[in-house]
Amino acid sequence: MTQLPPPSVGGDGAEDVPVAAFDDAHLQPYAKHPRRAEIVVGACLFVGFLGFVAYGATYWVGGQTQVEAVTLGLGFFGFGFAMSAWGKYLMPKGPFTEDRHPVEGTEPEVQALAAAVSERGKMVFRRRGVLGGLLGLAGAAMGVVLAFPLLRSLGPQPMKALDTTDWKPGAYLVDINARRITVDDLEVGGALTVFPEGFVGSAIDQTMLIRPSSVNIVTKPGRETWGPQGYLAYSKVCTHAGCPVGLYMEQTQQLLCPCHQSLFDVLDGAQQVFGPAPRPLPQLPLYIDSLGYLRAQAPYDQPIGPGFWERS
Amino acid sequence: MSSTTTPPPGPPAGSVPGVPSADGKQKKLDPVDAGVKWLDQRLGIAKGGRTFLDKIFPDHWSFLLGEIALYSFVILILTGIYLSLFYNPSTATVVYHGAYAPLRGVRMSAAYASTVNLSFAVRSGLVIRQMHHWAADVFVGSIAVHMARIFFTGAYRKPRELNWIVGVTLLMLAIVNGFIGYSLPDDLVSGTGIRLAFSFVLSIPLVGSYLAFFVFGGNYPGNGDIIPRFFILHVVVLPLVILGLIAAHLGLLVRQKHTQFPGHGRTEKNVVGTPMYPAFIAKTTGYLFMITGVLWAMGGLLQINPIWQYGPYEPYKISYAVQPDWYMGWLDGALRIMPSWEFVGFGHTIPFEVFLPAIIFPGVTFTLFYAWPFIEAKLTGDRAVHHLLVRPRDRPLITALGAGMLAFYFTLFSASSTDVLANFFQISLNSVLWFFRFAVIFVPIIVFFVAWRMCIDLSLSGAGKRKRANIVTRSATGEYAITKSDRRPGDGHEELDPELVPTFIEVPDTVGMGETVGVRRIPRRV
Repeated sequence: MTQLPPPSVGGDGAEDVPVAAFDDAHLQPYAKHPRRAEIVVGACLFVGFLGFVAYGATYWVGGQTQVEAVTLGLGFFGFGFAMSAWGKYLMPKGPFTEDRHPVEGTEPEVQALAAAVSERGKMVFRRRGVLGGLLGLAGAAMGVVLAFPLLRSLGPQPMKALDTTDWKPGAYLVDINARRITVDDLEVGGALTVFPEGFVGSAIDQTMLIRPSSVNIVTKPGRETWGPQGYLAYSKVCTHAGCPVGLYMEQTQQLLCPCHQSLFDVLDGAQQVFGPAPRPLPQLPLYIDSLGYLRAQAPYDQPIGPGFWERS
Repeated sequence: MSSTTTPPPGPPAGSVPGVPSADGKQKKLDPVDAGVKWLDQRLGIAKGGRTFLDKIFPDHWSFLLGEIALYSFVILILTGIYLSLFYNPSTATVVYHGAYAPLRGVRMSAAYASTVNLSFAVRSGLVIRQMHHWAADVFVGSIAVHMARIFFTGAYRKPRELNWIVGVTLLMLAIVNGFIGYSLPDDLVSGTGIRLAFSFVLSIPLVGSYLAFFVFGGNYPGNGDIIPRFFILHVVVLPLVILGLIAAHLGLLVRQKHTQFPGHGRTEKNVVGTPMYPAFIAKTTGYLFMITGVLWAMGGLLQINPIWQYGPYEPYKISYAVQPDWYMGWLDGALRIMPSWEFVGFGHTIPFEVFLPAIIFPGVTFTLFYAWPFIEAKLTGDRAVHHLLVRPRDRPLITALGAGMLAFYFTLFSASSTDVLANFFQISLNSVLWFFRFAVIFVPIIVFFVAWRMCIDLSLSGAGKRKRANIVTRSATGEYAITKSDRRPGDGHEELDPELVPTFIEVPDTVGMGETVGVRRIPRRV
């Protein structure tokens, strides 16, 4: 490219205006055969056009997901490809350059700014130390009280909510249809999700009822009466991260949490045997009343679900 | 040639805009001239605008990775606005009576019902919903790959540390908003994800239970508050923050100008490539439409998140082999392989088995990302300004470190499918888990050394530096001589020396395109 004497149309500061001759190599298209590139661009634009029209027609007659995808996708792609190819192959190929000017100022400029910030700041705060302190105090108070509506209003305090469930002594076990469970409901090897009566579907009360056997099961010392006629009930909320421990594997008598694969031994008080869960699933002590209904002897003896700070 | 003192002779003078012609009449300006003039008198755009149009974009393909992220975000905004016209962020129970027969009569939340409806009852709705989901996956993916490019080529070094920080923040927000977004349909799988989020917050010592109760409006599953809250975060708060940060990202890019790979005519003091207008605008707008086309086609052809198969969320239900979107995989993997180290004592519990992988680990990860440019400057003592990029092989240790990091996160990501792998290969879940517990330590170390060795070998071998061809010539007397060619094999286009973008193009009168000097537009084709 030839640097010709600058034209003076621009007046002042026009000395370094770059000028190119019309036949400068930088201004020629990148394509070796521009005619072919034009044909490709034109063809792509036509494909784009067809794609758009075909999508419109598809939509008009009622739509079909895959056809919509192909037609409009092709429309967009042809349209875009043509535009990019036009820019790459038919516009001046360059390469062009621009100078990179350092962003930083001179040393005196930097010092002047720094001095202005610190000197003026000192003038404001050194002379009015008390006011500065009060400003800080009021600002801090503002920050604290704004957290009340921003955070505290959003929900209740936990209080004892994490420590308790809705299981009460004598609560009937019901299934998801609120039907009371009787001693004949589960075959040996069966499993069912149960809730305390009146709390069907509750997230914290969900309990796995399993019947590994037809005779009384003692899972841990001190739990001699908790598994009448082979019925065992464990909290279904994983002690790891709270997923429902939904997979009962009858052959190995284990419960598996599908989220992170914690494994619990059903016959050993749902002791965790593998995976990230830190604790056994809490067991619900059961009894069978005179009418044959399954009921809870007592609530869970510990908080259910994942760990938290206040859990002792 | 015209000059300021003597009006140019002859009729062509009229084509110099704004200059009174010889008879003293003000010629009518052409509309573009008039518009530019109008704006310039009010905003002073002439000088800066011209610089902006001349802004140079380097031509290397790897600079397009960030553009994928930018354009996926554009698509996310547009498809997201469309979806919000149909989506109902409410957990109120409704009974479904819509187009999808298997769910008719099922009780579900209004959020879930509206998502199923917009998939089946709105024409093109399913394509747009799936396109939104794919665009989110591509958004995070392209950010990650773009970030790897920035890392391995050293583009984050001084003076670009601030833009690295903005970029890391964008990655974090993209992941967070992606998670919140796929929670909104309130289907069985995403509902499980929300349950996990509650447990993560709950695991924080001292304040965890309070925070969790405040965010969810009560003990899990809350009062039906979480879906509307997530909705506002997902469609207003986080997009605005992301938008602002993208503006800052690009603003810094314009202010500091692009980096570039070393090469013909490329120095620390210039940028070589394609000017913004018209070539780059054409190429990049075309790119936007190509990405739109691909994502649209994916939205209709590749099923993603078929929530009607999962069913509505019920807290007591769970699906097997559930996995989060890919960008949550590293956290899910960390949760799975973490040993059960719960601390109990002094009347308190710290559930490290959740707190470490779900809270501390991502916190440390992003802190390291943020601090990396400063750590590196400290370690290498390199505080110089860098505008030229490096080849990864030229910094073996840093490249190996980056490769090891990637291997670490990829191993964790793979660990998020322990159950699927165990089923697929018919091996015990325990073996898979233990394999990953070791792999997460050893795979990165192995990858580190392999990458390090490869960098050194590549540097030594000079691979990639193409040799010039030998030209064998025979003289008239039959002697053979070997000379070196100027070109290297594979050189497609001989690259010219870079030049400034011309302000004026000289076109001789004989070509018939007007005046000799002062034609202001670059002709497309001469």
